Amino acid sequence: MTVRGWVHSVESCGTVDGPGLRYVLFLAGCPLRCLYCHNPDTHHLHDGTPTDSGAVLADIARTAGFLTRAHGGVTLSGGEPLVQPEFSAAILRGCKGLGLHTALDTSGHLGLHADDHLLADTDLVLLDIKAFTEQTHRALTGAPLRPTLEFAERLAGLGKPVWLRYVLVPGLTDNEAEITALADFAAGLGVVERVDVLPFHKMGEAKWAALGLPYRLTDTQPPTAEQTARTRGLFRAAGLRAP
Amino acid sequence: MDSLLMDTVAPADNAEPPASPWRGFAEGPWQQSIDVRDFILRTVTPYTGDSTFLSGPTERTRALWARITDLLAQERATKGGVLDADTDRVSGITAHPPGYIDRDLEIIVGLQTDKPLKRAIMPFGGWRLVKSGLEAYGFTASPALDAVFPNLRKTHNHGVFDVYTDEMLRCRKSGVITGLPDSYGRGRIIGDYRRVALYGVDRLTADKRAQFASLDLDRMDEATLRAREEITEQIRALADLVAMAASYGFDVTRPAATAQEAVQWTYLAYLAAVKESNGAAMSLGRVSSFLDVYIARDLADGRLDEAQAQELIDQFVIKLRLVRFLRTPEYDQLFSGDPTWVTECLGGMALDGRTLVTKSNFRMLNTLHNLGPAPEPNLTVLWSEQLPEGFKRFCVETSIKTCSLQYENDDLMRPYWGDDYAIACCVSAMRIGKQMQFFGARANLAKTLLYAINGGRDELTGEQIGPAFAPITADALTYDEVIARFVPMMEWLAKVYMNTLNAIHYMHDKYMYERLEMALHDRDILRTMACGVAGLSVVADSLSAIRHATVHVIRDARGLAVDYRIEGDYPAYGNNDPRVDDIAVWVVERFMALLRKQKAYRDAVPTQSVLTITSNVVYGKKTGSTPDGRKAGEPFAPGANPMHGRDRKGAIASMASVARLPYAHAQDGISYTFTIVPGALGPTPEERVANLIGMLDGYTAQGGHHINVNVFDRDTLIHAMDHPELYPQLTIRVSGYAVNFIKLTREQQLDVVSRTFHAGH
Repeated sequence: MTVRGWVHSVESCGTVDGPGLRYVLFLAGCPLRCLYCHNPDTHHLHDGTPTDSGAVLADIARTAGFLTRAHGGVTLSGGEPLVQPEFSAAILRGCKGLGLHTALDTSGHLGLHADDHLLADTDLVLLDIKAFTEQTHRALTGAPLRPTLEFAERLAGLGKPVWLRYVLVPGLTDNEAEITALADFAAGLGVVERVDVLPFHKMGEAKWAALGLPYRLTDTQPPTAEQTARTRGLFRAAGLRAP
Repeated sequence: MDSLLMDTVAPADNAEPPASPWRGFAEGPWQQSIDVRDFILRTVTPYTGDSTFLSGPTERTRALWARITDLLAQERATKGGVLDADTDRVSGITAHPPGYIDRDLEIIVGLQTDKPLKRAIMPFGGWRLVKSGLEAYGFTASPALDAVFPNLRKTHNHGVFDVYTDEMLRCRKSGVITGLPDSYGRGRIIGDYRRVALYGVDRLTADKRAQFASLDLDRMDEATLRAREEITEQIRALADLVAMAASYGFDVTRPAATAQEAVQWTYLAYLAAVKESNGAAMSLGRVSSFLDVYIARDLADGRLDEAQAQELIDQFVIKLRLVRFLRTPEYDQLFSGDPTWVTECLGGMALDGRTLVTKSNFRMLNTLHNLGPAPEPNLTVLWSEQLPEGFKRFCVETSIKTCSLQYENDDLMRPYWGDDYAIACCVSAMRIGKQMQFFGARANLAKTLLYAINGGRDELTGEQIGPAFAPITADALTYDEVIARFVPMMEWLAKVYMNTLNAIHYMHDKYMYERLEMALHDRDILRTMACGVAGLSVVADSLSAIRHATVHVIRDARGLAVDYRIEGDYPAYGNNDPRVDDIAVWVVERFMALLRKQKAYRDAVPTQSVLTITSNVVYGKKTGSTPDGRKAGEPFAPGANPMHGRDRKGAIASMASVARLPYAHAQDGISYTFTIVPGALGPTPEERVANLIGMLDGYTAQGGHHINVNVFDRDTLIHAMDHPELYPQLTIRVSGYAVNFIKLTREQQLDVVSRTFHAGH
């Protein structure tokens, strides 16, 4: 059965969104409005191109030889893939049919959209927890934190492997007490295999300008290497792997 | 032996060699007949470990390399990059007295001329070219030679122009066929230089005499007479090799008895070839696993330690880095950066399933770490999914660090060429000592497509070059109408192209026969007519645009289609999209089928490559606007690469498109150059290595043939353009070979900088 979805773009050689080489499918549409978003051109469904899941899977099948040999697979990213749960589920199902490893890159905000079938076809969740207090999370994304944490707990209950991703923005998400609390929470889940601390960068700024949207982090500087290393250390202190 | 008697200054190899050169080698048919492959398979020690055993450079090597570094800096500082050149002596195997850099530091000796980096005159390809080459770099040819060439001694170039037809000349001038080896040496012949080390020249000469006797036939037809004359010339060349080696103090009439001798003999044999022939590509073959047998024996006997083994290979490679030819600025436009294509193949698997990776393959790669990156020798890894992990890792680590390696698919080639083939030039495989290629440069398929649209008239000059088919007069191009003209236009091109190559190679055999290289071949060899195409991605995208979008024709006052306006989007080659990739496949298959219909000189088997070297820039310059939206004069993509910036789905999609091209119909090779920024290869060094291994395994498994791997940032190149003095050894892979980036012309540097860098999303 083929399902129609909105695809923003494809990166056939992803190396930062899950293990090995990844075919990364960027889906359009996202409920969050993160200040540092580096893909603001994927916020709306109509930022994408309507595409049949069958066509996407045929494209993936033509690169499957690479993906398996490079210990990789397929990652659904975006945007927020769970804006399009039926489409995402169809792709994930098809990938498992091709014998490929699957990853879902999500903020968890729409975790309720992911039913157990979808998660059964997902080998790994790349969970972006943007902040660890309601206040910071709202300030940063415009949305509550609670759904993300509930999704994380559900993943823990299912024993689903998780890679936690945390974007370090000086002045916004660099509160050490908050990071330590997040690290303890993540460690307590028991399913977090790895934590990627991603230093904030401004590569998305040009896209904001092109879309005529105000970019509010123009004056924010990327964290120093020491800051990033220290943040990784906080996660390691909680017993997590943060390469 | 009393150790006090050993001379510590002279190289240790001057000690009396052990009595039997073949001591300890497994017996086999290789002892009865000339069969290096059999020798290797019986004696080789495959190595499946990692790189930790390797040694750094010795003090002697360091000191020698420091001398070379100075010489190379002087060479770069001269106008045109030619340090010195002969002006009155015609080169040959014995033309020059022995030359040295520093006798106390060199453990492998021999130079092309009497001084390092001094270029020799090899006029049999064409006198005018030599003369203008000399003049371009501030030298003047001796008037005595002017009197000889071509009046007293006709050259290859002269012969070719004596027989060219008007049509051939027109095609050459318009650029629909370009880069032909009609005024320079064709190259693409690999002597089996290992034979000299394994058998000694006396044995090889005896074998050649037996071949000569075998051609004492009842009826002496032209082919037999030619073969007899050629074998006699080969025997003379072998005698010259003996004399040249003797001038350096070596007796190569007998087999090499030690590792030192094996390296030296092999190098002397190669040196004889590059003293005599200025070929476009003077490839070395596949010598390091052969030499490993000798090195392993000497290590076991305690004659060498690892540092000395590495020293032998380092010093061998230093010599290979010094090979030079005198060429002209026009030649440089086509093949930029002074390449010599001293291609050496590493790795690969044997037909019996063992790997042919040896420790000496590692040592050869290690020269890039010990001496720094360099374009030559053109190190080529014969990649197989079955290669040992330790070797894969070291290759990839070396690639990431030096950008000096290319990879070719052993799993794809082994069924065609067995397990003792090597690569001539960039991508063209052949069995060593059993095959040669008639190098044919390439035909411009993009221009041919424009001829199809314009009824055989050139889109730039308006001249009638091809057959005067009815031009297309409609406002918008339709696929069927274009194809109906494109196929017969390709057929016409295939005919004139093949006939031109026949003329060239007939004359080359006659006036510029490669005696020494052919002396290191069997009597009966397979010849391939190595045709080639340029502009594949332009043609594929153009046909895709015509089929999937609307392409309006813009004509000038002469009625010539000179530009195109595209309405709508079209799928572009390089995105793993069968709608256009299948068109590219069709073009390759179709043109090959047309080449196969032609009769090739000396019963050669037609093949083709999808390869441009750096000539993609020149081809583009000579080609008008094309229906894919490329503007007149803009470069083509190199080799089989997608057009810059049109591959929008990342590196794997791009590789998958290229891998679809059928090797069965492009057996001369399919070249793909891949450039990625380090960060896009993975977040950590460990992940970068694993990912690149995975990419190469995937590309191999999907049937990709060749891939150059570059890992660097665009900013590095831009900085190097402005500060060349800071990047003397910055090496990058271009189509099929590697170059010193700073030796490229500015235009070619810009072309490289503008190409697709895979940078991730």
